[in-house]
Amino acid sequence: MSYLLFQASLFLYVLGTAAYIVAFVNQSKTVRRSARLLIITAAVVHTGTVVLRYVEAGHTPLVNNHEAVSFFALSMAWAFLSFYWRYKVKNLGTFVTPVLTGLMLVSAFSSRQIPELPPALRSTWLPIHASIAILANGFLALAFCGAVMYLLQERAIKKKSFGVFFSRLPSLEALDTLNHHCLTVGFPLLTLGIITGSIWAEQAWGSYWHWDPKETWSLITWFLYAALLHQRFTVGWRGRRAAIMAIVGFSAVLFTFWGVTYLLQGVHTYAG
Amino acid sequence: MADTILVLGVNHKTTPVEVREKLAFSGDCSTPLLAIHALPGCQECCLLSTCNRVEVYFVARNREETERQLRAFLFAQAGLPESETHRYVYVHQGADAVHHIFRVAGSLDSMIVGEPQILGQLKDAYQKACDQATCGVIMNKLLTKAFSVAKRIRTETNIGSSAVSISYAAVELAKKIFGDLRGKRVMLVGAGEMAELAAEHLVNQGIAKVVVANRTLERAMNLARRFNGSAVTLDELVGELVGVDILISSTGAPGLVLLKDQVKPVMRQRRHSPLFLIDIAVPRDLDPRLNDIDNVYLYDIDDLNQVVETNKAERDKEAVRAERIASEETMKFLQWLETMEITPTIIAIREKAEAIRSAELARTMSQLGDIPPKQKKAIEVLTSSIINKILHDPILFLKNGQASQDDKAQRLDLTRRLFGLDREQPPAGKPPAA
Repeated sequence: MSYLLFQASLFLYVLGTAAYIVAFVNQSKTVRRSARLLIITAAVVHTGTVVLRYVEAGHTPLVNNHEAVSFFALSMAWAFLSFYWRYKVKNLGTFVTPVLTGLMLVSAFSSRQIPELPPALRSTWLPIHASIAILANGFLALAFCGAVMYLLQERAIKKKSFGVFFSRLPSLEALDTLNHHCLTVGFPLLTLGIITGSIWAEQAWGSYWHWDPKETWSLITWFLYAALLHQRFTVGWRGRRAAIMAIVGFSAVLFTFWGVTYLLQGVHTYAG
Repeated sequence: MADTILVLGVNHKTTPVEVREKLAFSGDCSTPLLAIHALPGCQECCLLSTCNRVEVYFVARNREETERQLRAFLFAQAGLPESETHRYVYVHQGADAVHHIFRVAGSLDSMIVGEPQILGQLKDAYQKACDQATCGVIMNKLLTKAFSVAKRIRTETNIGSSAVSISYAAVELAKKIFGDLRGKRVMLVGAGEMAELAAEHLVNQGIAKVVVANRTLERAMNLARRFNGSAVTLDELVGELVGVDILISSTGAPGLVLLKDQVKPVMRQRRHSPLFLIDIAVPRDLDPRLNDIDNVYLYDIDDLNQVVETNKAERDKEAVRAERIASEETMKFLQWLETMEITPTIIAIREKAEAIRSAELARTMSQLGDIPPKQKKAIEVLTSSIINKILHDPILFLKNGQASQDDKAQRLDLTRRLFGLDREQPPAGKPPAA
């Protein structure tokens, strides 16, 4: 049943993405409005999917790749929608929804079997730690999209090429602000994810930190974002450098999320 | 039969400026407007006179005569023989006239397609016509429709969205960098006319402060006073850069006035906040390598020209969509005009039948003497329903939506003759006074 809902939400995300791309090309307000409605509906259905999966599995559905990536996409969708009400960043949806749909497709092609919960994960910390950590990823993914848009727009202005992007992308200021706000929400969540994880580790394995690859890489990610925020607040780093750094940071997020799981062995490898 | 909507005029495409300037009715348009309204056959009129066009929109009964007299009136001061005036004047009639007016209102017929001024000028012209009561039902509807068509074109196409002048292009670029320009600070280096114009446009966007830097302080102070700003000398230029977001340079200096190495350290002090440099001087004032610095955006006069050219091309593309809207609305308006002609005829038929019915009823009642009110009511209902049933088919015949324009006119004419309407009624289409 939850899978049927999952497919419905995937379908809506695909439609919404297509609509956002059409709206980007022909700059139609009506199409853009329908795209937004599609994504809102998709996010609502998708939330229902996660709730239903929780009921079906009997534990927090954040254990295998299918579940974790699906929740990643859901976090990104809500992060995007929550920002829509506060900041009007023109055509942000065109950049966010393809990433979102990409995540959903990865999730769709992963094993959908409800896994047997390993003993190590039978803890109240599972929903807390995993959901916070993945929610952080949602906001950092949004910062990544904003950064890509920034680089495209800044290139158009610097190189004086007034093509497709110049008229369709918002001002540099708006994109930099979006980036800043995503980071100021995403970074505390990332920090909280690491803290809750280490408390859980202490309870499960008796020590706060193991230098397990996932822990190490999340720390590297944390340092990248901490450096970026530090530079923003002290030196006034902004614009292109900040955007590049947000992209590098997000690559670290993705590596921590997948790379570590598939390439390096560690105590987090159950999530396969 | 019905009155015709006509446009007669000259514009920048058809007529050289020497002729146009002799026609322009600068200042008060009331007198010529009343004179045109007084021409034989002219039912309603509106006069639009701008620097690029003089056009009269009018509704006429006798087209040729009114047109001839109108042309004579317009060219009276130009001293041109009538044969000559034919060369310059264009006349549109009916659907073409409506389409032309919609195109003018939507700024599709302007020298710079999409420029917004024409709509304001047309609104003024309409206001004058209303003040002088030279507009009737048709002109009122036509011009208010033209305003809504112009609005539709503006909202549904991007025809007016991109800047087609250097100073507007600078404003547009500044908005792409800073978003909102409120609270930003501008520095003018040198006091050229173009820089002044650009600064004016920026100030209109809510710029907080203007600083003027000039070789002679006095000139700087004079200009600064205009913008409520402050003045500095050229030596203070680099130091002042810390607090500035946009710099417009237009000195007559033979060499560069600002170098990359001077600005680089300033960026650190500015906490890397973006700096938009506009160089409209020839030869250039600003080091072209300034564009290499992070968060510094340098545009010279050629770059700005390029923006303008790109925007013009974009406008031409949007104009195609706007043309479609104008054609669509013209068709809608013509449909309205048709019903305008049919409705008075239907009303006239009904009124005539009702007049006959009540007169005959009154005569019969007086012959019948006293009858109970219930029976009297029954006779009234009977006569009414006979009339309604008889008129039902002729009215349907008139309203037939499938008919072509010619066919409709014939039906209208036939019906009016059949019911003898024009013998005792004013002709169809005569608009009531506004």
